[in-house]
Amino acid sequence: MTALFLVGLIKAVVLLLILLTVLAYLSLFERKVIAHIQTRWGPYRVGPHGLLQPLADGLKFLFKEDPTPAAADRFVYFLAPFLALTLALTSVAVIPFGPATIRILGVETRLGVADLNIGLLIIFSVTALGVYGIALAGWSSNSKYSLLGGLRSSAQMISYELALTLSVVGVLLMAGSFSLRDIVNAQSGRTAWGFLPAWTIVAAPFPQIIGFFCYFVAAVAETNRAPFDLPEAESELVAGFHTEYASFKFAMFFMAEYANMITVSCLATIMFFGGWTSPFPATPLWGWTLFLPTVCFAAFGAYLVWDGLRYETALGKTILPALGLALIALGILFAAVPGVNGVVQGPFWFLLKVFAFLFVYVWTRATFPRFRYDQLMSVGWKVLLPMSIVNVVLTSAAILRWSPK
Amino acid sequence: MSAQLAVFFLLAALAVAGAVSLIFARHPIRSALSLIVVMVALAGLYLLLGAEFVAAVQIIVYAGAIMVLFVFVIMLLNAGEEERTNFSRLAKTAGLPLAVALGAFLAAAAAKYAPSSGTGTAAASTKTLSTMLFRDFVFPFELTSFLILIAILGALVLAQREG
Repeated sequence: MTALFLVGLIKAVVLLLILLTVLAYLSLFERKVIAHIQTRWGPYRVGPHGLLQPLADGLKFLFKEDPTPAAADRFVYFLAPFLALTLALTSVAVIPFGPATIRILGVETRLGVADLNIGLLIIFSVTALGVYGIALAGWSSNSKYSLLGGLRSSAQMISYELALTLSVVGVLLMAGSFSLRDIVNAQSGRTAWGFLPAWTIVAAPFPQIIGFFCYFVAAVAETNRAPFDLPEAESELVAGFHTEYASFKFAMFFMAEYANMITVSCLATIMFFGGWTSPFPATPLWGWTLFLPTVCFAAFGAYLVWDGLRYETALGKTILPALGLALIALGILFAAVPGVNGVVQGPFWFLLKVFAFLFVYVWTRATFPRFRYDQLMSVGWKVLLPMSIVNVVLTSAAILRWSPK
Repeated sequence: MSAQLAVFFLLAALAVAGAVSLIFARHPIRSALSLIVVMVALAGLYLLLGAEFVAAVQIIVYAGAIMVLFVFVIMLLNAGEEERTNFSRLAKTAGLPLAVALGAFLAAAAAKYAPSSGTGTAAASTKTLSTMLFRDFVFPFELTSFLILIAILGALVLAQREG
């Protein structure tokens, strides 16, 4: 009992540390990608390729003055950012990262903090509570821009939550479980045609293409990201709900947004793209794909060494090749040490897919102009909601017709 | 078992504290927040009873959807702090005896039907719950959804007339 508790605690702390680092570097990733899409360089001064920029940002957030508006409701004003960040980080706890088991303190345990048989519902309930962080922040600052931003975001999140929840019903029907692990396991193997993996987006009896479209659009809206970032439309509302927040409280909203992006991308991977399953068949002919993690790590490491040796500054000349060598060493470790490669496969494919979704997120932000508010509402209620309901009906019909249980 | 009991008392205290604060808070937003605390605590109690689906739905529907609407309306109307009034005469003469009577009744009922063995073991898993809803109680279930549909239509008609 105590050992189980300790293992849970260790897993939670490790995940939290990794997650916070990833959040910091996700902001750098976003700035870099958007910059390159707009033919700029992005952060380049702090550390080689701006790699220390998140650290500098964090320090700046910590040391900035943190004024509270005079007429603010102080308790709620302080509560809101905590609520937003806590809830956003909580939902990552139920995400499973791979099929393998590892041993901590002699206890066999799975990759992922909590293995719940209502994992999906937990995520949805935590997302549902996430609205309060933004709505209360908008209300308690006692500023009209904040209030309007908060109102907009609560209306938007209520509207898109319906489409978001309904769009995954098709997946639930096909997997027959709320457990994220079961949903992934239901997608292992190949489809009837053989050349595609049995991921929900292409699997029989009814490929969830409509479902995925609805899910992804609703998810972008639910996380208040461009082109649905009306709650913080800077041309109209200054900065929306976090106009009056500075310093670390602002950083908490910022981190909450990125954490929500990660959760949503993980869910998209799990529900529509087979989670940790490899896209290649598990036949001897495709056995070489087991070494793809090694190849990827080694290739990226080699590139870093090559790039680092040509870098202008002395810091870059040392850090980048060192990082590259570390990556190459990791890659060799995966292949050389017995047992490690099997554990690595699941997280490798899972994180690769999540990374792809995060890239799409950033790409969308750099590409699309913002919606108008009435357009946003009509897309949610008149397009996405009916589409996801139609998807539920069609999926149920297809399951009844071709694969009744 | 004892850990379970401790969690139960923690959640129960949280729910009662939330309810008390709901009544005594001066500001509507504070009251709404207290109500959310009550609902989340109740969801925790459901979870303790093994009714995980009900717990999740309690949070998604009540704390997530209905209370967001409450907060939304309070924010939209920008309702300020309530004024503290003296208790009305009706509350003094009829309310207090009624409250005492209700408390006594509840205490008597709790003493009479005290559970013999700790927490319930009714495993209200998602599967059993849905079988119950869609097989045994399908008529009341559909009737309820029909009722809600009528309510939605009524709301639409009223809103149309206004606009």
